[in-house]
Order: sequence, then structure tokens, then C-alpha cells
Amino acid sequence: MTATTEWRDTRPPTSDPHRIGRGAGGGGGDRVTGHGAGGPADKRTVVGFGFWIFLLSDIVMFSAIFATYAVIEGATDGGPTARQLFDIDNAWVETVCLLFSSFTCGLATIAAERRSAVWTQVFLLATGLLGAVFLALELREFIDLIGRGAGPQRSAFLSGFFTLVGCHGLHVTAGLLWLGTMMAQVWTRGFKPNIARRLMCFSLFWHALDIIWVALFTIVYLFGVR
Amino acid sequence: MLGKLNWSAIPFGEPIPLVTGCVVVLVLAAVLGLITLKGWWPYLWREWITSVDHKRIGVMYCMLALVMLLRGFSDAIMMRSHLAIAAGTSQGYLPPGHYDQIFSAHGTIMIFFTAMPFVVGLMNFVVPLQLGVRDVAFPTLNSVSFWLTASGVLLTNMSLVIGEFARTGWLAYPPLSELRFSPGVGVDYYLWSLQIAGVGTLLSGINLVTTILKMRAPGMTYTRMPMFCWTALASNLLIVAAFPILTATLAMLTLDRYLGFHFFTNDGGGNAMMYINLIWAWGHPEVYILVLPVFGVFSEVISTFSGKALFGYRSMVLATMCICVLSFLVWLHHFFTMGAGADVNGFFGVMTMIIAVPTGVKIFNWLFTMYGGRVRFEVPMLWSVGFMVTFVIGGMTGVLLAVPPADFMLHNSLFLVAHFHNVIIGGVLFGAFAGYTYWFPKAFGFKLHDGLGRAAFWCWLTGFYIAFMPLYALGLMGATRRMQHYDDMNWQPLMIAAFVGALIILAGIGCQALQLVVSIRQRDRNRDLSGDPWDGRSLEWSTTSPPPPFNFAVLPDVQGEEAYWGVKQSAIEDQRLADEPEYEPIEMPRNTATGFVTAFFATVTGFALIWHIWWLVILGLVGAYAVFVIFAWREEEEYVIPADKVAAIDRERRRSREQLLAARRPA
Repeated sequence: MTATTEWRDTRPPTSDPHRIGRGAGGGGGDRVTGHGAGGPADKRTVVGFGFWIFLLSDIVMFSAIFATYAVIEGATDGGPTARQLFDIDNAWVETVCLLFSSFTCGLATIAAERRSAVWTQVFLLATGLLGAVFLALELREFIDLIGRGAGPQRSAFLSGFFTLVGCHGLHVTAGLLWLGTMMAQVWTRGFKPNIARRLMCFSLFWHALDIIWVALFTIVYLFGVR
Repeated sequence: MLGKLNWSAIPFGEPIPLVTGCVVVLVLAAVLGLITLKGWWPYLWREWITSVDHKRIGVMYCMLALVMLLRGFSDAIMMRSHLAIAAGTSQGYLPPGHYDQIFSAHGTIMIFFTAMPFVVGLMNFVVPLQLGVRDVAFPTLNSVSFWLTASGVLLTNMSLVIGEFARTGWLAYPPLSELRFSPGVGVDYYLWSLQIAGVGTLLSGINLVTTILKMRAPGMTYTRMPMFCWTALASNLLIVAAFPILTATLAMLTLDRYLGFHFFTNDGGGNAMMYINLIWAWGHPEVYILVLPVFGVFSEVISTFSGKALFGYRSMVLATMCICVLSFLVWLHHFFTMGAGADVNGFFGVMTMIIAVPTGVKIFNWLFTMYGGRVRFEVPMLWSVGFMVTFVIGGMTGVLLAVPPADFMLHNSLFLVAHFHNVIIGGVLFGAFAGYTYWFPKAFGFKLHDGLGRAAFWCWLTGFYIAFMPLYALGLMGATRRMQHYDDMNWQPLMIAAFVGALIILAGIGCQALQLVVSIRQRDRNRDLSGDPWDGRSLEWSTTSPPPPFNFAVLPDVQGEEAYWGVKQSAIEDQRLADEPEYEPIEMPRNTATGFVTAFFATVTGFALIWHIWWLVILGLVGAYAVFVIFAWREEEEYVIPADKVAAIDRERRRSREQLLAARRPA
């Protein structure tokens, strides 16, 4: 948007003496913010903002599944209940893995901001490995449950459980695929502006998965084994 | 190898779908053949299919909607003609199974593939122009959204000849839609085409929200945005907040059907009412997703053709945002009969009546906009006035249905069918047609034929009343919806009247088709050289018709409400344009096939999932990922239009503007 700078109005205002909304605080001459009237925001803001909106929509989707789970949690159809099934220790280890992966993802962001390709790759790799361990633990839990006759077809409660946790797991899987692609991009392209923006989106995505997991751990596991 | 797919999927025994299918395939082959013969493929590919220009994408959305209107309407006329005869001993000509598919397809197509693409198309085309910017926030994503919608359309229409469509009604309520009661592929077609199109809609919602909140011309504060941008904002916020619920709900039903889960089944602890709650938690906001943008269209049209600023701009904004929030608090009125009890029903009944208040505010604002104005009854204005009368009637029957005891009587009756057609045809469709006529010259550089436009309007208006007013009466007499046959001969005259109404609407559609053809042939007679054919008030009229790819050579500097009107009036007074600005090179996003190829793989994956062709599912997903990677590694994202070319284009525009000034010289 090369033309935006040109359009910041420097003429003496005529019909708009108070220059309402011009720039961030209405004072005029500020950096473009996209809030009021400074013209279109810069690309980084637009991309980050748009991705936030996407994340919000994703959280709405999860909230629909959460609501469903809350409704059918007691519908065990004579089968096993949450209390009988859930292994809180396993879920705890999963939580630790995922929270740590968020931490390493944060470190990767810092490394990327300092334009250190090596450390970015190292921390991204660590994030990916922790994510993979998380997924492996989740998969093991699923296989174990199905082996004990507590698969998703057993009851509405278990359908809800597998869908809620599985949907989060699918997000983590997609995140890992994205992460791998991202590492390859940083490797081949370095820190071009568009790659930096994608890294920012990836880290937003990864942290959002963490937030959802915290809700999931609380509502499904902690409340479940109560 | 081919999953459930075999020759029995082609309905050789049923003449109607088979013949229709053959005709569609022939027409399609003829169109494709013509394009090939004339050598238009390179042009289509470069300028349209791979285009990331919001204007082109908006136009394609609207064309898709118009084509699907024909499909949805042929379902409607089949139902009306069938019911005109299927009384007493006559069984009509549609067997129950086929009739069920027809009303399910009619609802699905009209909402998802006619109304939605139409309003999304208008928003796509108009919003960036009104905001005074060059494109939406994410142009490539915009193309992906459109092509995913097209993919959903394709899958739905494939069900006509390959397999069957759902027989479950347009919302596929369980337990009927569960595998046990609907073992065929019909519901699967429904699920996957809506899932794919729904993702497209969600992405376009994200795109437009970001555009409106972060990409506005300098000086374009929130309270200076044209009303259409406000309603588009509200509508897209609703898309972002509601469509994920649809995704989750359809996914759960899919899991029930494909993997034996027990969300909504009768056994295993499933709960069918949960589906109905979830689907309406999306479905009611969806109603406002459709109608809010056309409220914006009416605001623009009425203010333009009354020659006045919109009355009560701020109250209009407030009413819009109130509806945006309240629309999430009324979903239960779709099933008062669930038995949630008096308190719950009472709450939702009251909420439903409350949401009529901001809508009433809007009606008064439009009336007061016209009051004291010099009203020009051009075709868009006709649609608007027709809307106001019709929508008020529909709104009142809605408030009537909001009373739970009355609803217990009228639930699932033809009264309800009459009510929602009253608001959707009288509201959404009339608004879409008003917008189509109003912005057509902006998109193509020439106006639509006036006389045929008027004829279409009068046919639609009278046809609507003759077709749907009898349904109110029939509903009160006890006729239910989705009824393939009736014994009470007293209903037949009204059914015949409704069929006649549908025929008059058909005449209206005929006028519209003819109007398009005639307007294109006579385009030189109706050229809009000024870029401002209606004496407009917002920024889209300040550029040429059609606008250049970059919309504005330099971004407009907005000084107040009605950004363009103020500038135009002072220019007319002084009889001179503002000084020529300094032109700079403009960066524009490059066209890309990403959207088209993604949608191709989405269609393949969807088709494979419907027919349980698992290897093809994997192939489709791998293909989609490959597209993602190739897009991510793309080197050149933008191209530059040099400053002298921008200057040449804009000087051309300024010349036509000077003529406009001279033509509108104050007396």
C-alpha cells in the first residue's frame, strides 16, 4: 500500500476541524493503526488480526462440542463412567508436554525475532517433539480405552469424549504438519516478511491449542475423576 | 475400489431426475463446447477463474446464486404443481420419496446456494469500494472461499444424477437423518456439500470482518462507514460466530453415520433434541446473516433514490448491532414444541418479540428517509418499497408465531412456510434484486433494461402474494408442511391459487433472464460513462464503471459522512475537480489458481467420502496439502502497476467526471 502515506492529510482541515478519528488518538499524524481513520493497517496487523478472528471461530466450534459434551456426559447407557475410565496421571503428563511445547514455541518466536535461524529451528523442533509426545500419549489412551470396550460407539458420553479430545488431537496433528512445513520454509527462505508473519500465525495457533487444552483438561479430566 | 458407487446409483427408473440430469449435462456440454470453440478458455482462466479481484469474485458469487435460483425454483414449481393436483384420489405425479428429496433440495439450495452466495457476492463486490480500499484483506483466501462454495454447489447438484439427495428436510433432523432411517447417500451428499461450502463461508466471513475493521480509507471512521458496510460487518461477525457451530453439528451427525457414534441416535444415550438445539443455534443467526446485508442494500438504495442522507444513521447502526447480538438469543422459538416448559418458552417468546423492535426502528428510518425526499421510482427503489410492505407483513406473522401457545397450533404448518417465505423472499431476495439492479452498472459499465426490470418486479410481487397468502390460510386450516398428498378437497382451490402465484413468479424470473440478455445486447444504449449513474452518495460511485483493478488511483480522503456526496456537491458548486494528485505505482496481488485447485480437491474428497471410496479420500487430502505447500512457496505474490499507467487510467476518469460536473451544473 504505497499510496497510504501520501494520503495522510497534511492540508489544513476545512470541514473537519477536530480531525475526528484521524490517526490512533484522533490527534492526526500518528502511525497507521487501522483503528479509526489512519487508512488501511499494515500487513502484519491485518494478518495477525485476521488469524485471531479465525482462532475465535475455532474456539466457537470447540465451545459447541464442549456444550454437547456437558449435556451428554451422564449419558453412559449403562457403560463405564468418566470416573471409572480416566487416568488423570496420563492427562497430567500430556498437559505438561503441551504447556512446555507452548513455552518452546515462545522461545522460537523470540529467536525468530532476533533472526537466529539455528535457534528458531531448534526450538521449533523441540515444540514439534513435545507435540508428538502429547499426541502419542493421547493415542495410547484412545487405544487403551477402545481395548477395554470403552470406544466411542459404546455410549453417547464416550462419543462426546472421543470427539472433543480427538478434535483437539486433530488440531495438534494439523499443527505438527504446519510446523514441519514452517521449518522447511525457514530453512529454504529465511526470515522474509511473509515467512515471519506465518511464524506469528503458527505460534498464535499453537498457544490457542494450549488454551483449549486447559479447558479440556479441567472440564473433561479434572471434573470427570472428581 | 469404488466404494458404494455402482450403476444402480444412476436413477434409470425415474424419468424426472434422469431427464433433468440429461438436460443439465447437455446444456453444460453446450456451454463448455461454445467456450472451447470460441477460444475463451485462456480469457476465462486468466481473468475470472484464477482472479483474486474482489469485484470479479463478487460477480461470480452473484452469477452462481442466479443459476442456483433457477435450480431451486424448478424444485418449487414442481412442488406447487404437484400439490395443485395431489388431492383426494389423485396421487399427483411425484412419488413420496422423490417429493421428499425435492423439498429438501429446494430448502438447502435456496438458503445455502442462492441467498448466501447472493449476499456474500454483493458484500464482496461493494464493501471494499465503499470503504475506499483496493481489495479485501486476504484476496487469495477470497478466491478459495468462492471456489469452496462452488464445490458445495457442484456436489449438491451431482446428487441429481448420481445417487440421491437427502429426504430429511433442509436441516436433516435426526433420528430420521441417522443411518438407520436414511441408509442411502442422500444425507451424506447434504453433509459434505454443506461442510465444504460452510468452510468457504466461514473464510469469507473472516476476510470481510478483517477488511472492515482494519482496511478502511484514511478518514473513514466507524461512524462514517456507509450503512451497507455496517450491516456487512454485523452479518460477517455472525458468520464467524455461528458457522463454526454448523461445522461442529454436521461433523457430529457425520460421526454418527460413518463411525457409529451416538450423539443423536435413539439408542446408546444419544439425544436428537441436542442436534435441533445446535443446528438452530447456527440457524437463527443465519437468518440475520442473510437479511442484515440486504437491510444495508435498502438503506443505500432508499437514501440514494430519495436524494437524502439516511434518516437516523446512528440509530440504524445501533439497531443493526442489537439484532446482531439478539439473534443468538432466540433460537428456541423454532421448536417451542420440544417441551422445555413454560419458563424457557416464555423467555424465548419474549426475546423473539424484542428482536422485532430494532427491525421496526429500521422500517421507520427508511420511511423517514423517503419523507420529504424527491423519490425517484427506479427499479431498485421499487424492490425496496415492495420489500417494506411485504416484510412488515412477514414480520407480524413472525411475532404471531413467537407466542408459544399460538406456535403450538401453527408449528410445522403451511402458515410457518408462508411466514418464512414472506421474510426471505420479501426481504432477502427483493433486497438481493435491488442490490443487483443498483450495482450492476458499477460492475459492468451499463444499466440493466428498465422496462423488463419493472415487469420482473411486478410479476414477483403479485406472484409472491398469490402464491403465499393462500398458504397462511391453508396453515390455519390445518395443512402441514412437507405433505405430499391431502384428502381434504377444500384445500385444493387454495393450492391451485398458490400454483398460479408460482407461475407468475416464473414469469418474473423469465423477465429477469430476458432482461440480462437484452441489456447485454443493448449495452451501448445504456452505458454508464460517468461512473455515477444514480447520483450516488458513497465512494463506489466516485470511481469508473467498471472500476479499474485497483479501484482507486489514490485512496480517497474521507472528510465526513457520505464520503462521496460531500465532495461531489462542492465540486459541482465550484465546477472543478480537486487538483490532480501525484500518482504512485500500485502493488496488486497476483492471480492464482490456488482457490480453484483447492476446490477441485475438496470436491474429489467430498465425493469420495460420500461414496466411501477411501483411497480417493486420501488422494484428495494429499492433493489439498500439496496445493497448500506450493502456494506457500510461491515467489512472487504481487505485481506493480506503474505510476504512469495509473495516471493514464485516472486522467480518463477525471475527464468523465468533468463532464458529469458540467451536466449537473447548479441552475
